[in-house]
Amino acid sequence: MMQMTGAQLMVRLLERQGVRTVAGIPGGAILPFYDALSGSEHIHHVLARHEQGAGFIAQGMARVSGVPQVCIASSGPGATNLVTAIADACLDSIPMVVITGQVPQAMIGTDAFQEVDIYGITVPITKHNFLVRSAQELLEVVPEAFRIAMSGRPGPVLIDVPKDVQNQLVTVAEFPAPAVADPAPQLDLEAVELAAKMINEAERPVLYLGGGVVASGAAPLAVQLAEQAGLPTTMTLMALGAMPMDHPLSIGMLGMHGARYTNFVLEEADVLVCVGARFDDRAIGRAAQFCPNAKIVHIDIDRSELHKIKSAHVAIHANVKCALEALLPRVQATLRKRWLSHVDSLKTRFPMQFPGQDDPRTHYGLIHAVAAALDDRAIVATDVGQHQMWVAQAYPFRRARQWLTSGGLGTMGFGLPTAIGAALAEPDRTVVCFTGDGSFKMNIQELATLAEEGLNVKIVLMNNNALGLVYQQQTLFYGQRLFASKYRTEPDFVKIAEGFGVAAVDLDLADNPRAALAEALHRPGPCLIHVTIDREQFVYPMVPPGAANTEMIGG
Amino acid sequence: MIEQVSDPLPQAGYAKVVLELDVNNHPGVMSHICNLFARRAFNVEGILCMPVSDGRRSRIWLLVFDDQRLEQMVRQLEKLEDVLNVRRHGAEHEVFERLEGFFH
Ligand SMILES: Cc1ncc(C[n+]2csc(CCOP(=O)(O)OP(=O)(O)O)c2C)c(N)n1
Ligand SMILES: [Mg+2]
Repeated sequence: MMQMTGAQLMVRLLERQGVRTVAGIPGGAILPFYDALSGSEHIHHVLARHEQGAGFIAQGMARVSGVPQVCIASSGPGATNLVTAIADACLDSIPMVVITGQVPQAMIGTDAFQEVDIYGITVPITKHNFLVRSAQELLEVVPEAFRIAMSGRPGPVLIDVPKDVQNQLVTVAEFPAPAVADPAPQLDLEAVELAAKMINEAERPVLYLGGGVVASGAAPLAVQLAEQAGLPTTMTLMALGAMPMDHPLSIGMLGMHGARYTNFVLEEADVLVCVGARFDDRAIGRAAQFCPNAKIVHIDIDRSELHKIKSAHVAIHANVKCALEALLPRVQATLRKRWLSHVDSLKTRFPMQFPGQDDPRTHYGLIHAVAAALDDRAIVATDVGQHQMWVAQAYPFRRARQWLTSGGLGTMGFGLPTAIGAALAEPDRTVVCFTGDGSFKMNIQELATLAEEGLNVKIVLMNNNALGLVYQQQTLFYGQRLFASKYRTEPDFVKIAEGFGVAAVDLDLADNPRAALAEALHRPGPCLIHVTIDREQFVYPMVPPGAANTEMIGG
Repeated sequence: MIEQVSDPLPQAGYAKVVLELDVNNHPGVMSHICNLFARRAFNVEGILCMPVSDGRRSRIWLLVFDDQRLEQMVRQLEKLEDVLNVRRHGAEHEVFERLEGFFH
């Protein structure tokens, strides 16, 4: 029999779960927990500068490790500051356990100081959430939270713990076993047979990979399937890296900013094999006109995704990895020369174009220069905007979990703290964060966290002194009425970084920008790399809002 | 820019169905379930909830329209951690009919 407080119990349960790094900010209602955490010999606490930063640091760790990671906030404003990072994790299926302090139970519902119903607020943006009513309950709730976060389709789980529960004494006879993920659902082998038959009989099949392929660790199997069955393979924003960009069967990213040829190939498909993707509107454009002639095989771990947007001819509710393992021996080895040579001719006629790629002072040129200076071990995070789309189009991703971006929610401010999290999880790798001047300012305070932790994060700031993507939309679709998309002043980002104790390089002033860039990327430790880019450059090609994927403009 | 605005989904004219849910009994369950329906503007015509057996479980009855989104709603319900199972009945199910008396 052991006696301890609820707070001490929480720390023990986290340790037993294998948690080694957490990010958060303390405050009144979570102080008992912080007091207990200070005694932990296993858990390193990273003090963020804004709770949203803590949320994205946890996400960064989770995105590269695939294991649920923890962020912590106090009640009230601390908890509400986490909301965006939680919603972001929910939309991108990132496993995360969020711990918030709450006012003591006796004060709940009285509008007590820093009381907010974070349980109610997070109902629609978590996979599940808990309001813990006794220290005893923690024995069940903490492992449950981890189990839920990592089982099936991963996602965020919130545990709200009133201060009195943290202080309450509890007698523990035995600790619960650390949580493990639920077993995968039973595979419908008949459906797998049918899917194999459809692939074997197809003339113009296309493989469409989504984030589920990355989440389930199935990228090598997906590549094997493509090679065996001769399937041209497209990836969603979330799946980039699942198949190497330069693989002969890769047809790159589909959708709003995909290459023209990619969307044309999809248009001609007679069988579409969708694996761990969800027919998101940015990926498929106008749904009724997406792959109009294709029979659809849809494999997903989330049953509610099947038939949600497009009805599938064969729907397989399964862990993607299990399904691919079962599918592979049933799929015939095929060269599929005719279709693949047609795909190649479309690629030649409607290729992705990278104007300026030899000049490191242009957007594509800069991305190419960064990629050329690094190898595939590097991790690449982005913020949200034009720079994000350019990196998605141009960076040669070659492995799963190499690429971290806010796909579903599109959260500006994602990049820096997520890159910090990635570097915490994989300190031996170089982590590059491509950011925009607008996004960077949304979590710029995390430069202090970065400096404190001394991590190997290189921030490449593509500065157009504008909310570029908004500027682009207003130019193209709002009669060039530019409003609230250009900044009238410009901060000195180099000074700001240096002020936070982060080294900075301004490529605008470098005689040899390529050399200065490589030097900055290779020097260990944090660094800001500032580059001014042309505001009049837009992301092309582009599917205009509401159009079909084949109706692209530009590029 | 033309945003994709979908037509409002009419609900009149559809048959009604009764959903019977077994759920864990704790204070947050109703908000998880009602949130699903409210968010998608999926009208719940009737709702009834009572604890069963030892009070650890509740049974919830929902009267809803059988429109094209029902299948998706049921799948979303089944995803909720506290929803143990969902059964479908026709509108002829008597649970709501017997309650009618209290509404006249
Ligand atoms: C938190 C948040 N607010 C607003 C938006 C809408 N938005 C999308 S991109 C963008 C501009 C981003 O500017 P910047 O980071 O400088 O990137 P750029 O497009 O200039 O490369 C805005 C305002 C968003 N995605 N996220
Ligand atoms: Mg910008």
